[in-house]
This record gives sequence, C-alpha cells and structure tokens, in this order.
Amino acid sequence: MATIVVHRKWEAVSPTRQRVMGLVELGSALIMLLVFTLKVQPGQMATFVMTPGGLTQGIAGNWVVPAFSTLMALTVVNFLLGMVQLVRGFGRWTNAVLGVVVAFFVFSFLTWATAGKSLNLLGMLSAAVLLAVPIILGAFSGVLCERAGVVNIAIEGMMLMAAMVGALVGSVTKNMWMGLLAAVASSVLLAWVHAVLSIKYKINQIISGTVINIFSTGMTSYLSSKFLQTYQELNNPPIFPRVPIPLLADIPILGPLFFNTNLFVYLVFLLLIILQVALFTTRWGLRLRSVGEHPKAADTLGINVFATRYMAVLLGGVVAGIGGAFFTLGSVGRFDEMMTAGKGFIGLAAMIFGNWTPLGAFFAGLLFGFTDSVATKLTILGTGIPIQFMAMAPYITTMVVLAGLVGRGQMPAADGTPYEKE
Amino acid sequence: MPPVLELKGITKRFPGVLANDHIDLTLNEGEILALLGENGAGKSTLMNILYGLYQPDEGEVFIRGEKITIHSPIDAIRAGIGMVHQHFMLIPVFTVTENIMLGAESVRMGDFLDRPAAAARIREISSRYGLEVDPNAYVRDLPVGVQQRVEIIKLLYREANILIFDEPTAVLTPQEADELFVIMRELARQGKSIIFITHKLREVLDVADRIMVIRRGAVVGETVPAQADRQTLAAMMVGREVRLEVEKRIARAGDVVLEVHDLVVTDAQKQITVDGVSFDVRAGEILGVAGVQGNGQTELVEAVTGLRQPVSGSIRLLGQDVTRATPREIIELGTAHVPEDRQRDGLVLSFPVAENIVLCTYYKPPFARGVQLQREIIYETANRLIADFDIRTPSASTTVGSLSGGNQQKVIIAREFSRPIHLLVASQPTRGLDVGSIEYIHQRIVQKRDEGCAVLLVSPELDEVMELSDRIAVMYRGKIVAIVPAESATKSYIGLLMAGVSPEQAGAPQEGERIVESTF
Repeated sequence: MATIVVHRKWEAVSPTRQRVMGLVELGSALIMLLVFTLKVQPGQMATFVMTPGGLTQGIAGNWVVPAFSTLMALTVVNFLLGMVQLVRGFGRWTNAVLGVVVAFFVFSFLTWATAGKSLNLLGMLSAAVLLAVPIILGAFSGVLCERAGVVNIAIEGMMLMAAMVGALVGSVTKNMWMGLLAAVASSVLLAWVHAVLSIKYKINQIISGTVINIFSTGMTSYLSSKFLQTYQELNNPPIFPRVPIPLLADIPILGPLFFNTNLFVYLVFLLLIILQVALFTTRWGLRLRSVGEHPKAADTLGINVFATRYMAVLLGGVVAGIGGAFFTLGSVGRFDEMMTAGKGFIGLAAMIFGNWTPLGAFFAGLLFGFTDSVATKLTILGTGIPIQFMAMAPYITTMVVLAGLVGRGQMPAADGTPYEKE
Repeated sequence: MPPVLELKGITKRFPGVLANDHIDLTLNEGEILALLGENGAGKSTLMNILYGLYQPDEGEVFIRGEKITIHSPIDAIRAGIGMVHQHFMLIPVFTVTENIMLGAESVRMGDFLDRPAAAARIREISSRYGLEVDPNAYVRDLPVGVQQRVEIIKLLYREANILIFDEPTAVLTPQEADELFVIMRELARQGKSIIFITHKLREVLDVADRIMVIRRGAVVGETVPAQADRQTLAAMMVGREVRLEVEKRIARAGDVVLEVHDLVVTDAQKQITVDGVSFDVRAGEILGVAGVQGNGQTELVEAVTGLRQPVSGSIRLLGQDVTRATPREIIELGTAHVPEDRQRDGLVLSFPVAENIVLCTYYKPPFARGVQLQREIIYETANRLIADFDIRTPSASTTVGSLSGGNQQKVIIAREFSRPIHLLVASQPTRGLDVGSIEYIHQRIVQKRDEGCAVLLVSPELDEVMELSDRIAVMYRGKIVAIVPAESATKSYIGLLMAGVSPEQAGAPQEGERIVESTF
C-alpha cells in the first residue's frame, strides 16, 4: 500500500474573539469590584429567602451571607476566569465559562442590591423559570426548523397568534385543553404558510417570516381591540393550575422551582429530553439534520428533502404554539396586544447561544428568563437604576449574545437556503 | 452472459443543444471503462441519466440484459448503480459512519440508530477492499483522499455493482490519485464494474481497460490503452491535431518585478490562510505556484492584486510598496490579472464583449473623454482585439455570458494582455477549458514571458505548473514549503510536497521517476 499522508486539522483559532471575551470577563470583575464590592458597608448581611411565597411544600431556610466577603470572592473568581480566558482560552468550554461569569456577575449585583435587606431569591428564580418557558419553547421550535435548514423568524408571530387563539377558544369553550389545542392549530397553520412559501416557492425565508409576523401583529391587535377588549367574557380563559408532583415537589429549592408548577414547565422538560434524544440518536434525527446540512447529499441517498423540511417546520409550529398558549393559558389568563413582547426573537437568540441544540437552548433560555426576572424584581427593591433601564436587561443580553460575543457556533450548513432539485 | 450494463441509443436534448446523440455503451463485469471527453461533451449528462437525475428523450437501459427505467437516484441505487460525485456528497459535521449509513440506517428498538452495527459493516468493507478509514472520525477532519474513500464505501455499503466515478481526481494530489487507481483496480478485480469519467489523458492510459471517447454528444471512437497514446486520444477528443507540449525557450530572467516578503493574509472567516510567504518573480520568468486547492493560493493572489488587505508583511511591485494599494493602483503599475473564477471575478456577464474588454481602462483616454465614454473607439478597439485574439463571438455587442468558457477566457486574456504590463498574475487560467483553448492560452502566457513580463502562475493542475514554469513554488497549509527550479523538479517530488511531506523527507527529486509504478 502507498503511504497515507495524515493531515492535521486546521486549527480553528480566533485569537480576537478569545481576547475580547477575556477582556469582557475582566471588565465584569472590575465593575464588580468598583461598583458592588467597595460600595457595601462592612458587616452588612444580605438575606435571601429560599422559599417562594404561598407554598407549603419544599420549604428551605433563608440564606444569610456577609455581603462584602461574598462579593470579594465572586470578584476574584471572575477575575481569574477572565485572566485564563485572556491568556490561553477555554476552547470548547468558552461559552460555558462565559455563562458562569455572567451568573456570578448577576449574583454579585443581587448581593449588592440586597445588602442590609432581604430578597426572595427563590421567588425570583421561580418567576425566572416561568419567564423562560416561552423563550425555551420558541428556541426549541427554532432548533427543529433550522436543523432541517429552514430559518424561522416567524416564531414570534406564531406564538402571538397562538396566545390570542388560545385565550379566545379557551374562554368560549371554558376548557383550557380546547384552548391549548386551538392555539397549537393556529400556530401550525402559520407554520404551514411559512413552509409553503419558503420550501415550495423558495421565497427568502426572512421575508416570509417577517410577513407572518406582521400579519400576526395586525390580526391579533385587530381582533383583540374589536372583540376581546370589548366583550370581556371572550378574554377570560381558565388557566392550567399548579400540579405538584408527589415527592419531587418536597425537595427544597428544586421542588418549588421545577416540580410544583404547571403543565407548561413539565412540557418543557419532556420536550427537552425527547428532542435531544431524537435529534442525535435516531434515524429520524439523522435524516432531519442531514437535510439541514447538505440537502443534495441527502437527496442522492433517497431522502425526501421537501417532505422532511415540511415535517420539521410543522413540528416547530406545534412547539411554538404551546409556547404561545403559555402566555394566556399558563400565566396571565387574558390576552393583551403584543403580549409576546419579542419572546420569540429572544428564543431564536437562545437557540443560537445554545448552539442549535435543545440542551443548549434550554440553558440559554433559562439565562434570558433570569435576566428578565432580575429586572422585574429589582425594580421593586429600588436600586436607584431607572426602571426603563432595568426593563431593557433581557433585550440587551440578547443583543450582546447575537452581536457575536459568543461566536457563531455550528450553524447547520444549509440553514436558510432553499433546496432546488436539478 | 449479457453485459452488466448496456445503454442503447441514449439521446438527450436540451433547448438548443443535443447533449447526447444516440449513445451506445456496454460495460462488462470487472471492467474499468473510461469515458473521455472535453467539458461539455456530454459525459456528465449521460451519467446523470444513468443515475436517474435526468430522463432521456430516447434510448434504453439494460442491466444484465434486463430493461429498466430509472426515474430517481433511489431507482439507480436499487439497480446497483452508485456514483462518486465530483463534489463529494458528504456532511462534514457527521461521522464517517453517519454519512455512510444515512438513508440506509441500521436501527434497533424502533428508530434508534445502531451505530456499532453500521461501523462493523464499514470495517468489514474497508478491509475487504483495502479502503482504510476510521468509522468514528468526523468527515470534516479527513483529508480529501480519505473523504473520497468514504464516498466509495457509501456505494459498497448499498451493494452497488456499477460504480461511476465523475472526474474523481480533480481534487486529489498526484499521490492520492494513484492510491485511488489502486483501489479502483482492486474493486474491478473483485467483480465491480467501473465507469471512469475524465478529461485527463494520462489517467485514462494508466487505469482503464477500455476507452470510449465522446465529442459533442456522440461517441467518436473506442480503443484500449495498449493501442493509444496521449496524442491520438487528444486528437480524438478535440477533432484535430493538438500540440500537448508547450514549446518554450530557456528563460532569461531579468530584474525583480514582484517581491513578496513575509506575507500573512486571512480569509473571510479571519483564518490565517497565507502564513508568512516570501518569494520574488523576475522579469521574463514564470513562477508557478503548485498546491492542492484551498491551501492559501486564492488569498495570496487576492493580496497581490490588491483585492484583499494583508494582515502583515509587504508586497513590492517594481520597487514600489503596494501592500495596501488599491486594485486600480496596482493595475496602473502594469499588472494583469487572470482570476480563478472568470465568471465571478473576471467578467461582467451581462455586459457586451466590448465593454468587458475595456474594463481596466474605460476611464482613461481614448476610451473616455471627461465623463463620457467614447463608444466608437471602444468598439473599434474591441473588434481589433476580437480578431487578434481569435475570440469566437457573433459581434462585439454580444453579452459575454452567452459565450463559451474558452471564449470568455479569451476576452479576459485580450483585455489583460493588450495593455503594456510588467506582471501577469494568472490563477487557474485554463480551468474548465478544452484541450484546444488550453493550448492557446499556454502559448500566450509563454509569449508574454518572452516579451519580458514577470508571470505568477497559480494552478492546482500539477501538469500545467510543471509544463509552463521556470521555477515552482509549492504551497501547503498557507506556507511555501519549497521553491525548486523546474528542470530539477519531478512530478512525484512536487506531489509529495503538495501533500505536506517536508522537503527533507520527500528526498531529492530523481530523474524520470513515476509514482504509479512505485505503488505496486
């Protein structure tokens, strides 16, 4: 045999990104030092309440921590992580480390704000989980579509429509299940429109998505102001109740957070497991991903590219529909104009941050939900920061993520490209 | 016993073109049949019909004497036909196993992938046919030659008996190509039948059992390697006598024209693709840059012609620093550029021939007076150059996009060569051209050299670099690993350098060495 020349892989170095990331992390440590750590009175204690209000299961004692030393410790850790990032980088763990740095930053912010006071931390976290639900479901919907090669920015519009239809049908039938079903159906209908436009007619997928978003905004606003606001009985659906899971709900901290809540949170977990397993270990998932990576290769192996993409987008519609229904049937109990407030787009950011995997999207979604919740809570605590700025937090996080701080991960190669048979 | 595959009277018409004209073809068991023809001769159309991507207008397909119709690749796969596409149909982020099993997956418990079972079968196929590959490797980490093996295993995994190789050596180093030929012979020995599509004469003579030549959609001859040589095959392909060797005198190198020092260039993804390259090119010599495509040649040429800003290092042209100069400044110093993708970077396809011919000079007198173009002078010049450079076009006002590839390239050559130039940068100047046009363009390049022009020639076709160059620089992973005088370079030595073997390990080049023999 002839000799085989072994090639080494091209090193995927982006020194700039590594350095910028390192500087950002060091910057966070600096802010923590100057703005938080040095501003607390020595000996001040921060009290974190670890049981959300109104619950009797899974009670945990309060955390009382010395503010100054906690802040100092967190600052030092962030400083060290930033230095390591700057000097040699964390390779594939870069994003995870960034997540830790951000988490510590936020926690020191909380400690500073709580110094000498008391904050219901678990209440805030459990609010974060609920705020994260639509973001995560939007991200899952995006993962399904984009893994098959269809960019779907219509998720926002699909969720908005589902939220309204869910409220309307739920109110009319006085049945939350019927509301959920109708919400999902309306979202799937929009997903089908997106699929036909972008797969069959090969329209630019961004434009197709935008059209659907505009349609949804207009349609829901019109119907809402015409009917839902006028006839209040049309906007009063039953909501899915809190269903504690036996035993698990009694675990302190985790119980109240994840196991004593409503159907939607449980669905998030179920979908997380199903999607993660199905995408990466089944024939179905292999074929779906192949269509998003190299549709022509899939086609030459006898895989129906168009059918696979339709299926992925429609399933994405189902997931987005559940996410939309959450707004009206899972949390607020009434429909308000524009109530999705960009959660679908933030979901797409979570999908990108999570590197197009369900697991990554889940954690990214939790992070975004958390910033949202921090913003809301701290407005109440009163930190001197204007409310308007606090309300921006989730969107600023999204922008920073999308601006490429976390780098473009492994986007499916054929994402956004219509497939044309020869 | 009936032949494995028989095509009878296959005819395919496209609007205005007869792509296949009553083609008959038979393929016997264990045979390697070479299908030789120029680009656009109809080879690919014929194979796409066989693979179910096109439907023929007339004609019949028989597999072992049985008539079949092929509507889609699925039908072809079922009939035991497999194709190694010129551009690999592999998914870089999937493993070898995943790529091979896709569409024919082993599953257990319903729908769960059984990767170990598939990997075991791949190992079995690997060892049976000598196709070494790691089933768990990711395709993106594999060199091109190994990726091609994955493509071949993909066909064997589906139990294909008729294997079509579409221009399989286009992306390989000479060594990898030789390994491929060994594999092809082994496959044929074990009873697989192979159709080998190519326009490279040497390969046909090396590996085929039988040769079929196609010109303008019709079969124009059939022969066996023992009774053919490159000269006769080329004449059959083109339809007239062709000079294959470039006639050129010894170079008389003059002053340094282009001086590149420690140049670092990154690509669009900010990856370093040219990594500290230094060389110079003198007046009256051709410096050829050899290397497998994608080793930084594109970015090097773009940096030299001002299309891409280098990260560091310097480029000096006629003693002037042009490292950060604009393309127009570089052109005005007397640089001609024949870009690698003529349709994207060389021409404005929707513009007429005449306007393309003055693209570098339109803003200067006599073509412009103030802000106004002098249409008459432009067309006069164009008509003169069309005659001088033998551009086959209905008129100077025909859009360039409607010309053939060879004539498009001649438009570029006419534009670039008709100006007074000191440096010619030619990147893959004969890519996708027929033998006749290649001959013409090679002669023009040598002529420019003899007029005292410095030439930087970049080409992944090793034959071309070796024939034209006076000195050969080999590029690998963004670095120039060696610069050797053409007279002391052998194909195997350069080939090893192209594959990343260090000059010391590659050994001193030996006269007349051929790799094909050394692999058996």
